[in-house]
Amino acid sequence: MATLANMTMNILELDNLTYSWPKRQQLSIDIEHFALQQGQKLFIKGPSGSGKSTLLNLLTGIIPANSGSSIKVLDQQLCEMSGARRDKFRADHIGYIFQQFNLIPYLSVIDNVLLPCRFSSSRADRVAADPKQQARKLLSKLKLSDMDILTPVSALSIGQQQRVAAARALIGSPELIIADEPSSALDHDTRSAFIELLMQECQSSGATLIFVSHDPSLESLFDRSVQLQDINLQGVTQ
Amino acid sequence: MKTIALLTWKSINNRRSSALLTVFTVAISMLLLLGVERIRTQAKDSFANTISNTDLIVGARSGEVNLLLYSVFRIGNATNNIDWQSYQKLAGQADVKWSIPISLGDSHRGFRVMGTNTDYFKFYQYGNRQALQFDSGQPFTQLFDTVIGADVARKLGYSVGSKIIIAHGISDKSFTRHDNLPFKVVGILAPTGTPVDKTVHLSLAAIEALHSGWNPAGNVSASKNQHQPTFQPEQITAFMLGLKSKIKTFSVQRKINNYPTEPLTAIMPGVALHQLWSMMSIAEQALLAISGFVVVAGLLGMLSCLLTSLQERRREMAILRAMGARPGHIFALLVAEATLITAAGISLGVSFLYLLLAAIAPLINSRFGISIESASISTHELKLIVTVLLGGMLIGLIPAFRAYRQSLADGMTIRI
Repeated sequence: MATLANMTMNILELDNLTYSWPKRQQLSIDIEHFALQQGQKLFIKGPSGSGKSTLLNLLTGIIPANSGSSIKVLDQQLCEMSGARRDKFRADHIGYIFQQFNLIPYLSVIDNVLLPCRFSSSRADRVAADPKQQARKLLSKLKLSDMDILTPVSALSIGQQQRVAAARALIGSPELIIADEPSSALDHDTRSAFIELLMQECQSSGATLIFVSHDPSLESLFDRSVQLQDINLQGVTQ
Repeated sequence: MKTIALLTWKSINNRRSSALLTVFTVAISMLLLLGVERIRTQAKDSFANTISNTDLIVGARSGEVNLLLYSVFRIGNATNNIDWQSYQKLAGQADVKWSIPISLGDSHRGFRVMGTNTDYFKFYQYGNRQALQFDSGQPFTQLFDTVIGADVARKLGYSVGSKIIIAHGISDKSFTRHDNLPFKVVGILAPTGTPVDKTVHLSLAAIEALHSGWNPAGNVSASKNQHQPTFQPEQITAFMLGLKSKIKTFSVQRKINNYPTEPLTAIMPGVALHQLWSMMSIAEQALLAISGFVVVAGLLGMLSCLLTSLQERRREMAILRAMGARPGHIFALLVAEATLITAAGISLGVSFLYLLLAAIAPLINSRFGISIESASISTHELKLIVTVLLGGMLIGLIPAFRAYRQSLADGMTIRI
């Protein structure tokens, strides 16, 4: 029984998730039920204004949902956690990639990659043996040369920066990787190469990937795809 | 926390030039504050050290400060003189251990001339009960001998054996210059950092000789060889008393103030010095207030620097939040930055101060005889330093609070 349960374990479960911005009556998120299995690669499609960033802020515990909502990540109820615990949970279990300008300009490539380990002891423990070596390994898997690694981050191309960001999201093997339109600033060829690399690495570390984009052409690359408007009853926010 | 410290350091290092400028601003304001404070306390000390171990100063009836000014600082003039008889009577009291008569009113090329006797070199003390020392030569013994202060010797280029002319009155251009009475320098005093350095000392008899209205042409050469008793002083300007017991100070003072033969005033130098200093304390406070404002300006410069950087760092804050940083981390990051900049500014300012002191201390010592102690930071200065540091941290709370609110509002949504 236990093994069966593990195999089909949901990494993410949303029930009656509602959210409204402070001082506004209207809900901007209203999701009755949504579940995502561990190891899946989910594509969330949604035009701007469909509540994407609000949803991501909720999933990562940056903002608290309305009362009565349920957000379970790795079987843990985010809605019952304090802000500080949600911050710690995010540090421990979630790797995050932004649309662009992902890197802290004053840190080296390696320090940028190792940044999550500074906020999460459990991720630091997983690379404990030799964090820098681990970071280099990840970077080289993501096709960054030793030369690139020594380059100041501001001198890297956008494609290179996004791969450094991917390495940073993957370091210390968090269970969930969330990517918020990370390829929108890349040209077509670089984009496909980037997504392929990202998927490969998620696969090898066993991470679940949530990839958000407004570009429907990427849809076919993923295991599963949802249209945000389909699950968010509230539809479009203004 | 280690992470915050590292991020603070790297982030400041990244904005090196503007951070360095801010550090410099704080350093200079700190240098000014501590410098003013040093000068203030040293001036106060050296002021209080002008005269020491003298129990009473006696002059004609006048205000305390006035008496102190002309008798000790050689500033201004006496309202009246004291009869020689009165002096002898009062100095001869049983409670009096020693006395120094002084007679003022003449000048030599801009330096005040003071008539006194050799007890002056024996009993007059300054600083922390330091007696006068001779750099070269000895006290006067002959009628036309003179002992000069260190400044007089240096400025006028005199040495033992130099011949000088004393004028009546205090103006350099005095028309009544006693051209025909050449004095000889027999002693030069070591620098004291007090008005003694700027004084030409004569015997009382010599002062009397200057004023006795003789016919110079006829008498000078004769009296030069057969000096004294002819020139018994009739009046003096003031005198200083040392008592056998400090307890007697008040009763002797009362006795002198009530002296029936002529109106006199006796003052305790310590009390009068304090009174005089409190008159000057407005200027002193103003100076301190100005340097305080300079520090405030320095810290406000830092504030504007931090606030300007905040807008362009919104993205950075969002990235840190996504990595698991709590809003408290963001807050701490900015407070740490303000603290580090202030602390660096303070350290640099203190280093500047000591460099400056080391550079000018020998100069001041040789010129003014004031030894500026560059030893260590006093508790008072430490208090100032801690106040400035706390001020810097407090000012850091403003951008920190703003970044905190921003990062709560922005979350991971990066606004460009």
